[in-house]
Amino acid sequence: MRARFVAGKVFGALGTFVFVLVFNFFLFRVVNDDPTGKLFRGRNLSQAQLDRRRQEFNLDGTKFEQFLAYLKQTVSGNLGDSFLSRRPVTTEIREALWPTIALVGTSTILSMLIGIMLGIAAGWRRRSKVDVGATSFAMFTYSVPDFWLGMVLLAFFAVRWPWFPTGGFEDAGSTATGLSALLDQAHHMALPCITLTLAYIGEYMIVMRSSLLDTVNEDFLQLARAKGLRDVAVRRRHAVPNALLPVVSLSALNFGYVLSGAIAVESIYSWPGIGQATLEAIRGPDFPMLQGLFLLFSASMIIANLAVDLLYGLLDPRVRGR
Amino acid sequence: MSDADETLDVAPTTFSPRAFRWQRRRASAADFWSRFRGDRLALLGLIVLLVFIVMAIAAPWISPKEGLSAVDSIDNPTWAPPGRGYPLGTDNLGRSVAAQFVWGSRVSLWVGLSATVLTIAIGAAVGVTAGFFGRWTDATLMRLTDWFLVIPFLPLAIVLASVLDRSLRNVVLVIAITSWPGTARLVRAQVLTVKQRLYVDRARALGANRAHVIRRHILPNVAPLILANLTLAVPISILTETTLAFLGLGDPTRASWGKTLEEAFNAGAISRNAWWYYVPAGAGIVMVVLAFTLVGRAIEEILDPRLREGGA
Repeated sequence: MRARFVAGKVFGALGTFVFVLVFNFFLFRVVNDDPTGKLFRGRNLSQAQLDRRRQEFNLDGTKFEQFLAYLKQTVSGNLGDSFLSRRPVTTEIREALWPTIALVGTSTILSMLIGIMLGIAAGWRRRSKVDVGATSFAMFTYSVPDFWLGMVLLAFFAVRWPWFPTGGFEDAGSTATGLSALLDQAHHMALPCITLTLAYIGEYMIVMRSSLLDTVNEDFLQLARAKGLRDVAVRRRHAVPNALLPVVSLSALNFGYVLSGAIAVESIYSWPGIGQATLEAIRGPDFPMLQGLFLLFSASMIIANLAVDLLYGLLDPRVRGR
Repeated sequence: MSDADETLDVAPTTFSPRAFRWQRRRASAADFWSRFRGDRLALLGLIVLLVFIVMAIAAPWISPKEGLSAVDSIDNPTWAPPGRGYPLGTDNLGRSVAAQFVWGSRVSLWVGLSATVLTIAIGAAVGVTAGFFGRWTDATLMRLTDWFLVIPFLPLAIVLASVLDRSLRNVVLVIAITSWPGTARLVRAQVLTVKQRLYVDRARALGANRAHVIRRHILPNVAPLILANLTLAVPISILTETTLAFLGLGDPTRASWGKTLEEAFNAGAISRNAWWYYVPAGAGIVMVVLAFTLVGRAIEEILDPRLREGGA
């Protein structure tokens, strides 16, 4: 029943998306009756300007009328105009998308690879020095706020020893093109990327380790050993592939966090991505922008969750149903 | 649970059910403590926590509140490194960093604990209701939980915090609203297994109503799980509070570790090499979070026999 499994998951994801749409409306129009009131506190704006913002944000009419107007606008792909820049929210988001995907995507992949390798080393030789070291490292990085780690790294490797730039996407006024521009951007990305990678490794390591520990006592490993396979072969051919499943789902899930995962770290390194845009929207507060960003973050999580479900169905026949 | 076999070697002196119950509780508490004491790291975590709790409670005596006010600090040197009079130096406004550290521990611990208690309360209520009543109640509540699980945690907290007014109470509320679904699922799963036990059938057959079954049989058996979950959820609450404060979404009138980090960053403490401004607050967060994690892991290991034999 392959088609039915896929259709069920897709419909579930669509249902979740409808919930997010309604919830988004609820957040900005019901939790706070008139968010524009908050926006203009302490600022000199004429009544006419205020009314225009209210109208733009569809705050006139009954709640039901507001809801219909919101739904119509959002479904047609129009997320309104930013209060701050007066440009469409979709344009603002599109411009900030690439830097974030490059930064967080790279660090997600790096931390995944390093975390899995550490987890295998730790889980296979339980209570060894590698295990104790890796577990302590994971618990420590879990306790460190990522933005504080960023501040400390910045203080050391950009101020104390100025090996890396203190922030930004490329050198100010850079006219470089091609390879040298790319190298410049990579140089700027290095420090935020290291920060995020260090912050994420622990999670992968812990999951890989405990999944491998669950596998160690399985019968098929005893059989592999009884067949006379060397330790390395048992690990590589039999233990790791079976223990990898939870890590695969964790990774797929974490790709849903790629867009929203670096809000504070991006602001430390003034990286011109989605996180920075979120921070500016908070400072405004720029409600159309926040609303658009929230929709985007939720949508990427829903897609990542759907991907995990489908991936599980693909990799683990027990889930697929008969 | 595990206390059943421990009680066997405690000879009851009286047979009044009440005295017997207390004796059993005392015995399992003593057993718990002796196991906990064996875990050196957890003990270290507990000591660190106690030190910070004492510091938070005694803040007014350790460091006068005036130290936090820029107006009262106007005559102080700015950006003074740690030294005489200022154990942790001063910031860009001449305020004592030590005072901010001491008072900041209050907000971090208070928000961490109260947000967690509220989170667990919501999660446990949803989980017990869904698990115990089943059918459409279960289906509805779990659908809601799944939806909330998919919504990314930090963005929701950010949006909620920016729509609501900035106060400590709202920060607590925001954290609780965003983090209950995990607990709800966990508690529901536990309730489902407890519900199948024979003693629940027996109580029902003897005519116990639902309230009695929940109170006397379900809750006591879910409680250990909730307790372990509680200690492990505090770090998440503290880290979320810190992040929200760092993003400028905390209570602007209270010194918190996250707010100190925000102010230090915006004042340019990093380019000035003023490490004393941003290192203490960050180190405080790391220590408290690590301490809670160590204690929580130990509690979980003691309460969950499966972890004790096989696990981490």
